[in-house]
Amino acid sequence: MRRMMAAFVALALLASPAVHAVQPDEIMSDPAKETRARDLSRELRCMVCQNQSIDDSDAPLARDLRLLVRERIAAGDSNSQVLDFLVARYGEFVLLKPRFERQTMLLWLLGPLLLTGGGLALWLQIRRRARSGADLPAPPLTPDEEARLAALMSDETKRS
Amino acid sequence: MIAESGHYALVLALGLALIQSIVPLIGARLRDDALMNVARSTALAQLLFVGASFVALVMLHVNSDFSVANVYENSHSMKPLLYKITGVWGNHEGSMLLWVSILALFGGLVAAFGNNLPLSLRAHVLAVQAWIASAFYLFILVTSNPFLRIASPPIEGRDLNPVLQDIGLAVHPPMLYLGYVGFSISFSFAIAALMEGRIDAAWARWVRPWTLVAWIFLTLGIAMGSYWAYYELGWGGWWFWDPVENASLMPWLAGTALLHSALVMEKRNALKVWTILLSILTFSLSLLGTFLVRSGVITSVHAFATDPTRGVFILLILCLFIGGSLSLFAGRATSLKQGGLFAPISREGALVLNNLLLTVACAVVLFGTLYPLAMEMLADFKMSVGAPFYNLTFAPLFTLLLLAVPFGPMLAWKRGDLLGVTQRLLAAGVAGLVVVAIVWAWTRGGSALAPLAIGLGVFVIAGAVTDLVERTGLVRLPFATVLHRTRGLPRSAWGSALAHAGLGVALIGIVCETTWNSEYIATMKQSDVAHVAGYDVKLDGLFQRQGPNYREMIAEFNVSRDGEALSVMTPSKRSFTTRGSSTTEAALLTRGASQLYISLGDANAEGAIAVRIYHKPLVLLIWWGPVLMAFGGVLSLSDRRLRVGAPKPARAKQRLQPAE
Repeated sequence: MRRMMAAFVALALLASPAVHAVQPDEIMSDPAKETRARDLSRELRCMVCQNQSIDDSDAPLARDLRLLVRERIAAGDSNSQVLDFLVARYGEFVLLKPRFERQTMLLWLLGPLLLTGGGLALWLQIRRRARSGADLPAPPLTPDEEARLAALMSDETKRS
Repeated sequence: MIAESGHYALVLALGLALIQSIVPLIGARLRDDALMNVARSTALAQLLFVGASFVALVMLHVNSDFSVANVYENSHSMKPLLYKITGVWGNHEGSMLLWVSILALFGGLVAAFGNNLPLSLRAHVLAVQAWIASAFYLFILVTSNPFLRIASPPIEGRDLNPVLQDIGLAVHPPMLYLGYVGFSISFSFAIAALMEGRIDAAWARWVRPWTLVAWIFLTLGIAMGSYWAYYELGWGGWWFWDPVENASLMPWLAGTALLHSALVMEKRNALKVWTILLSILTFSLSLLGTFLVRSGVITSVHAFATDPTRGVFILLILCLFIGGSLSLFAGRATSLKQGGLFAPISREGALVLNNLLLTVACAVVLFGTLYPLAMEMLADFKMSVGAPFYNLTFAPLFTLLLLAVPFGPMLAWKRGDLLGVTQRLLAAGVAGLVVVAIVWAWTRGGSALAPLAIGLGVFVIAGAVTDLVERTGLVRLPFATVLHRTRGLPRSAWGSALAHAGLGVALIGIVCETTWNSEYIATMKQSDVAHVAGYDVKLDGLFQRQGPNYREMIAEFNVSRDGEALSVMTPSKRSFTTRGSSTTEAALLTRGASQLYISLGDANAEGAIAVRIYHKPLVLLIWWGPVLMAFGGVLSLSDRRLRVGAPKPARAKQRLQPAE
């Protein structure tokens, strides 16, 4: 069920006969460039799929994008130039890792903010409570409790 | 007849649920035992009727009764029997029926085995369960009735989506739902506690086994789904940070936090308010997951807008339950007394840290899943949040968490000695560092991150072992004593050690698979040989075969290593005539924990075929880890102290155990 929606979408888009992600004929002859192309592909979204990178997707559009990425790399673009090119063409939607911008700032900062904020709040609370607790002297044990404690302790030594 | 009976049974279940929603509460208000006991019988009767309704749908599918729309749309007379049955929950209506069936099952279990609960608590819990049940029965009956008939029945069905015709799908959704829905019990307990205004350590003891059961199923369900995606979708990926996956991961993260905070509450009577809040949040996230998956809102906001009936209905349920429970919480939480003081460095402190990290991780996933939706609706800004984002934000949080894991169980309650624990964990730390050095030397030139992560995994496993060694007194005590102590060690101690070790195991698998995965993509002709990670894979030939409801093209590969023949692998491509779609059946060769993975692409006119071969080192550890965690959960569940529930005060003395 979890992948069901994705599978449905993928299948719906799949023009039969089925094609596969990264076809043998797409691969660049220079292994270093091919590696770069693969790394970039993993960060780019296949826009007609549900949350799939163009590296994973079977859709024809993903293939076009993979070829486009390789074309730009072959033309001598740097990684960020390739990404800029694609964003200029298709918008921020194409990036699976959103850029740090005004609109995405909250998304990126949420984790660190929550962690430091939460950590700080907890630390202060625990310290305050520990201190207020330390001020109160522990009430002495009643004779009944003393007896139970003694029974427990002897039980404990027998056990180990 | 069967369809009508199933439909009628569901309506009756709704009626029973409505009674169960109200009568026990009146009973609790009037302190009338008979009225409160109504909850018990209605819960059991509800289970009976929903069960009957579910069986009716299964029978319709098995009989291939195509006069029922749900069967027509998702079944085929030639489909193997197993997939006729599993096809019941391979679609929206059927899966919602499974959802309420499991909800009724949990309600029935509380009714049947909750004899040691105070009567009014049980009445409240079952009433809250019935609220949830009523809402979802209504949802099914109004928007997603699986028993609808077609006026002029077709002769043949449209078949189930081929990707779903797989044994993995037979197991995955029921497991996942047992997890999702299982958290409804802790939710109901939390609401009951807020309504009664009474909560104590005994409450935590009642809640913990139920939470644990749900957590075990959710863990296995997620792992199962991940393995299914790995072998069925044909490109060897096992986690995609897809919103649908996130929907199951969020309750898991919150549920894991809940397990740990309930522990503090049970042992030390602290963190009460937080535990209640987590119970509410965990089930709310389960509901949110159901909403995300069932409303189609993630596929696109527009798809949601064009057919909003179901989506809006679930959204209403969502708002009602989350909003209602949180308001109740806000109103009542302050009246709950906090107890159990502890120093920052203590077992409690460690568990609080665990909760902080898990909650933040959960919030990050929640935000990542919903942020793009919000931006599109509010700011008309289309953006994506995918795997690279989550990897970047999730990894640091889990690194911190894993670093802390070995320390937690070794710290004392109330006030711990960090320095002492560090000394005791020295051996584990050294083991981790040695592994880092070995892996780094072995894979010279690679990134330093992978060896470090593997070292962290080893540290977590070694830490769990150290914990057990310390508790049993292995090495430092005479053998007979060790044996005695091993036998006396509570099973929950074994359970938590195993579960923690499972984290380390999974981490090692994840790192190895992502870092040293080798891949070979090419078009192969007959007798071509591919060399992948030391294996020689030779294509022997292609042939066709007819299956029950598909045709398949099989490629036969001979796999050998250093001239020694190992195995024959036969990946295939199936085309399903009814839906005109096809699936890739990958072939897997397991060697230890590593796997060789072959999947097929297209054949061309000259008889050559596109092939992808992967070698995935230690990939199976990714799933062995969760299995180990779940096994730890089962061990913990079998612990006497959890099984017997909360001890009655008079007998408490006999049950006192040495503090862990």
